[in-house]
Amino acid sequence: MNKNLRVKSSEYIDETNRISFKFNGKTYHGFKGDTLASALLANDVHLVGRSFKYHRPRGIMTSGSEEPNAIVQINPNTNRTEPNVRATEVEIYEGLEASSQNCWPSVDFDIGGINNFLSPFFPAGFYYKTFMWPASFWEKYEFFIRHSAGLGKSPTSSDPDIYDHRNIHCDVLVVGAGISGILAAKNAAKNNFKTLLVDEKNELGGSTVYENNEFNKINNKTSSEWLKKEIEELKNIKNLEIKTRTSVAAYHQYNYLLARENLTDHLEAKDKTNKIRQRLLKIRAKKVILATGALERPLIFNNNDRPGIMLSSAIKKYSEFYGVACGSKNVFFTNNDSAYESAMSLYNKGINVKAIIDIREQSESKIVKKVKEAGIKIYWSHSIVDTTGYKRLNSISIMKLSNDGTSVTGSKISISCDCLGVAGGWTPAVHLYTQSGSKLKFDEEKKIFLPNQNTSEQISVGSCGGDFKIDEIIKNLNQKLKDTLNINETDLDSIKVEIDQENSKRNIWLLPSDKPLGKTKPFVDYQNDATAKDIKLALREGFRSIEHVKRYTTTGMGTDQGKLGNMHALGIIADTAGVKMGDLGTTTFRPPYTPLTFGTIVGRNVGKFFDIFRRTPINDWHVENKAEFENVGQWKRAWYYPINGETMHQAVQRESKAARESAGILDASTLGKIDIQGSDASEFLNRVYTNAWSKLAIGKCRYGLMLNEDGMVYDDGVTTRLGENHYIMTTTTGGAANVLGKLEDYLQTEWPELDVYLTSVTDHYATASLCGPNSKKILKKIIPDLDLSDENFPHMSFKEAHIGNIQCRIMRISFTGEHSYEINVQASYGKDLWEKCMEAGQEFDITPYGTETMHLLRAEKGFIIVGQDTDGTMTPIDLQMDWIVSKKKYDFIGKRSLYRSDTMREDRKQLVGLLTDDPNIVLEEGSQIVSELNQNPVEMLGHVTSSYFSPNLNKSIALAVVRGGKGMMGKKLFVPMENKNINVTVANPVFYDEKNERLNA
Amino acid sequence: MFLINCPYCGERDQQEFKAGGEAHIERPKQPTELSDDEWAEYLFMRKNIKGIQFERWNHAHGCRKWFNMVRDTSNDEIKAIYKMGEKPPAQ
Ligand SMILES: [Zn+2]
Repeated sequence: MNKNLRVKSSEYIDETNRISFKFNGKTYHGFKGDTLASALLANDVHLVGRSFKYHRPRGIMTSGSEEPNAIVQINPNTNRTEPNVRATEVEIYEGLEASSQNCWPSVDFDIGGINNFLSPFFPAGFYYKTFMWPASFWEKYEFFIRHSAGLGKSPTSSDPDIYDHRNIHCDVLVVGAGISGILAAKNAAKNNFKTLLVDEKNELGGSTVYENNEFNKINNKTSSEWLKKEIEELKNIKNLEIKTRTSVAAYHQYNYLLARENLTDHLEAKDKTNKIRQRLLKIRAKKVILATGALERPLIFNNNDRPGIMLSSAIKKYSEFYGVACGSKNVFFTNNDSAYESAMSLYNKGINVKAIIDIREQSESKIVKKVKEAGIKIYWSHSIVDTTGYKRLNSISIMKLSNDGTSVTGSKISISCDCLGVAGGWTPAVHLYTQSGSKLKFDEEKKIFLPNQNTSEQISVGSCGGDFKIDEIIKNLNQKLKDTLNINETDLDSIKVEIDQENSKRNIWLLPSDKPLGKTKPFVDYQNDATAKDIKLALREGFRSIEHVKRYTTTGMGTDQGKLGNMHALGIIADTAGVKMGDLGTTTFRPPYTPLTFGTIVGRNVGKFFDIFRRTPINDWHVENKAEFENVGQWKRAWYYPINGETMHQAVQRESKAARESAGILDASTLGKIDIQGSDASEFLNRVYTNAWSKLAIGKCRYGLMLNEDGMVYDDGVTTRLGENHYIMTTTTGGAANVLGKLEDYLQTEWPELDVYLTSVTDHYATASLCGPNSKKILKKIIPDLDLSDENFPHMSFKEAHIGNIQCRIMRISFTGEHSYEINVQASYGKDLWEKCMEAGQEFDITPYGTETMHLLRAEKGFIIVGQDTDGTMTPIDLQMDWIVSKKKYDFIGKRSLYRSDTMREDRKQLVGLLTDDPNIVLEEGSQIVSELNQNPVEMLGHVTSSYFSPNLNKSIALAVVRGGKGMMGKKLFVPMENKNINVTVANPVFYDEKNERLNA
Repeated sequence: MFLINCPYCGERDQQEFKAGGEAHIERPKQPTELSDDEWAEYLFMRKNIKGIQFERWNHAHGCRKWFNMVRDTSNDEIKAIYKMGEKPPAQ
């Protein structure tokens, strides 16, 4: 029978809407408005997980995103499952299932719990010290560590949900909709600033909506009553957009913030379908107002981690907001007044509060008097020295604190209880502030980090700015708003505040026990099981930097990034090392503030939208004719065209033969095309290519090699002179954008005096490359009035012509060594052109070929492909292309580097041909080449860059780069493979038609 | 993510830009006159300063213009932006 601890009706909980959900396989009931945590607590379930290292039973500790313990797997074994979700943030819905993480076989009986009893053997750095030796065993250790570690399980099938991104530009972004955020947003919007207010919770109001201290009044109302009216008014304000369930994950420089808006996580499965689950908001704000509030600190004492030990403020929220009592025998442990408010919240609902343990000597505030009047026992100057209860808190033992707070005296008093609220003061939530690059300073008196040096247009208001009392909050908020928004009056001018708080505090980072530290377990980081003892050990072992201590002890390294314990860790280090906390520095808070799903990060960019892809104007024809495609950069290129169930090899052999024996056609539209105009165009080409360009006649084409300034080959292609001051340059398919960028760079920054204009026209033209001995006859059929004689239209020349009404540019150039034409038409006519060629070529059995055949044909001719036969370390000389490097030109990009001592070495890797002794063996591209087989270690001379079986030569051919290869013609080398050594001979890289006779065939 | 004020287009997101390394390294007018060491100095050596650094940026996904930026690399504050060929602002 589940116990029902619902003690009060709450306007935030809809008790007419009963919801059933499962936790660890058991069915429970809650109400609409509950979080998983509040619903479990209403059912008296505290034990929700196990800690990471010792597998100690852990309970719900907080009511928000800072939760270190109640980390659950949502909807396990479904495609919507999600690990590492905080039960305090999950809104329940009908059918929700959740299970504990980091426990096996169950949270009640956990095999890893044995680590707890072995914990003397698991000190800080245990994993580093133990599992690193012997090094070869790491893989085995890792298997066990990973399997017992509580990282949750990722889904195994694809995510059914839709995710979205949205850009938002606003004048003012307000992060956090507590009292400060609401007032800031309201006043910004009223003053015509386009304002966005976001909050991670589903309700506005922050902690103020459950403030019940009758001694704190705003305009004669309790702060919660007053704020409700303010929230009502927000609805009618123009210029204000409000987003709840939206948490800011990252705050980058220049006020660029990423927030996750949660749209369907609180809905039941049937309502999630076809809706956007989460949206990543990319916000660029002119001004940012951080109103992120403060996190309550726990107190660090022996065995402070048992289920039932919670933050005092969380107990108040569960009582006031969710109407849930977290225990029936409650005790509070505090160093300030806020625990008294929580105690009164329970007392007023008739819930038993047995005692308050206060480490201070006294407090005179009204709320303390009220607690005394209620007859609740207060133990001043006392500290908890131990707790009992394995799966649920059972009792605490307290003793009197010494004056200096370092030891305890007197007799031990035991108090039985099932819930302990701890109140250690407040830490401003400055995580986002520091992410923005702004700097903190430490306030030695208040023991908090405060915003100090802003790097962007931002303010921190309310408790994240260090103001905790409501009168201070309103006063400072008012001034900051006026300053940052440059306005003279605000709504806040007329607010009257009465307050009670004396607000004294006694700060002791590590509370003493009657046992020595070595025999106690005062947890600092709950999720990673780091204790005060571990931190002190790290200091003893010589770690000084906070970043090192953090990594060595894993303090603050969990999914919660140590939101609760980081300050205590710093405090303990400072006390132990005898330095001021402000001198220690703080650790870096890195994004995301709370974890993001991968879905949110990628948004719509999944599946087909994962990357951009480009298709040529002729693409539809390739698809209709069953081409296989390959990715070349972003392009989808026809790879080969299998017919009658051919394998790739068979198709490529057929295509290659056909292209040399009769006619082939290739879609070359993807080649980069840059239109170059201006009176200095020739001079420009002279400077960017290695060869000379000034004497190229109009209507002629020339192959060019482009280097980087370091002398290495960067790109190649044919450029045609269309007119006196007009050229069209082609680049490699993959290099197009980079070449244009590089040329622009030189034009704009080194040679601004040149009159040259560059325009990318890659997408403007479609190109069909017609090749083979019958290509001329086919072209003649398409353009009967064009004189195709070698005299009128020789190799490496250009003609403008018309196919019907379609204007086209024809270059007689060849990448295959065959008589060949590249026909360019306006992109929209590309498919027509292609079909015309196919039709005209039918009688010659014209064969479409893809990129694989193109690669094979050019390899037969020893033509390089930049990026395949070169890798950014090859000069033209290395490629045996000395002929293309002008000796006469005074300068071109990369020239000087060709004369550096290193680039002139004889033993550089050089491009050669390779022939296998057995002509049927085709080498693997990338294979290593050696000259000696019995060396140890063997000296690697180079590698195979291109390798094919040539159907036209009926043997295997390869290109390779080999150290000193130029001088090795005819030398026998070896390509050692896994099971055999292949004998090869260095050869001339031009395997086919060495005299280039076929160009004019 | 910087907000960069392109001198030709105005404020744009950093995503539209490409960083181009240290600024004011002029390509030698007569490379062939230089020793290997002098050429290597131009080719390879960059300062990579922590603090105020002069850099080249390109509005690659915008107007494609190159310009100069003065940036404090320790906190990414953009101190100044000026066109190619213009003199850097006085410190
Ligand atoms: Zn621009």
